[in-house]
Amino acid sequence: MIEMPVIEQEKCNGCGLCINVCSCKALVLVDNVITVIETEECHWCTLCEAVCHTGAISCLFEIVIEENGG
Amino acid sequence: MPLLNSKEADIILDDMAVQIELLKSISYFSGLSLAELDSIRKLIFEKTVARGEIILFEGEPAKALYFVVSGVVKVFKTSADGKEQILYLIRPGESFNDVSVFGGGLNLASAEAMGPVVLYGIEKSDLEVVLRDYPQLARNLIQVISQRVAHLVSLVEDLSFRHVTSRVAKILLEYAGDQNGSRQRLTQQEMAAMAGTVREMIGRSLKALEEEGTVRLERHRIVITDKEALREMAGVAD
Repeated sequence: MIEMPVIEQEKCNGCGLCINVCSCKALVLVDNVITVIETEECHWCTLCEAVCHTGAISCLFEIVIEENGG
Repeated sequence: MPLLNSKEADIILDDMAVQIELLKSISYFSGLSLAELDSIRKLIFEKTVARGEIILFEGEPAKALYFVVSGVVKVFKTSADGKEQILYLIRPGESFNDVSVFGGGLNLASAEAMGPVVLYGIEKSDLEVVLRDYPQLARNLIQVISQRVAHLVSLVEDLSFRHVTSRVAKILLEYAGDQNGSRQRLTQQEMAAMAGTVREMIGRSLKALEEEGTVRLERHRIVITDKEALREMAGVAD
């Protein structure tokens, strides 16, 4: 399973701004709410999260320490 | 009143045992006996909240003290123009709304679930009884509040004196997990709310840290590649 942005559909107002800004076609409107399509093309630019006025999209980062990176 | 059969009784006893085990993991209840924990358990209510649900609103009357059983809660203040400053992230075993409840006034900050969260709560009136009856709890409370003050002093220091990149470095160190990613994942917006800056500055700071060779940015991961150098940038002692 490919990690993808998290959508809280109840917050989505269907404005479509995220679709406009997404360069990898990972976002589509289904029944007027945003749905994510799993794709390796998504390079986590986080522009969809930045442009969303309602906070419906979250691009979560894991923070890890590399072994022998201390 | 119908008698319970042995299976029903076992289920109830198991539930009680689970609750007491969870209470023991909360620092407020450290050092209390099983009998004392059992008395306190009867005053505690459980609450489940979904991701994004607001548990407390800043400015409303403080009615209860909460403990996180599972999940993570963010405690934050919001400015008049909607800017958010995260004060703490509350993890399992930790409490929030302490100062508001004991201060006897209004909620000093808001609290929101960052994912599915299970809470234990105790009403303000019941808390007063518990503190009176169990002095050990009052001693634990002083320790918890002291740690809370120390954290806030550190936050003021960071916001007043540290460059944004240094604050971001500190956040990365604090929220780093092991390779299994066992710590809370964060959005850039959440990092900005902790660091007292805007989202765009987080991106710039991460790029700057990558150029310094202290982190590597992967698709949805920030990998700390030189922890000691990052500590130095964050101004954190070993």
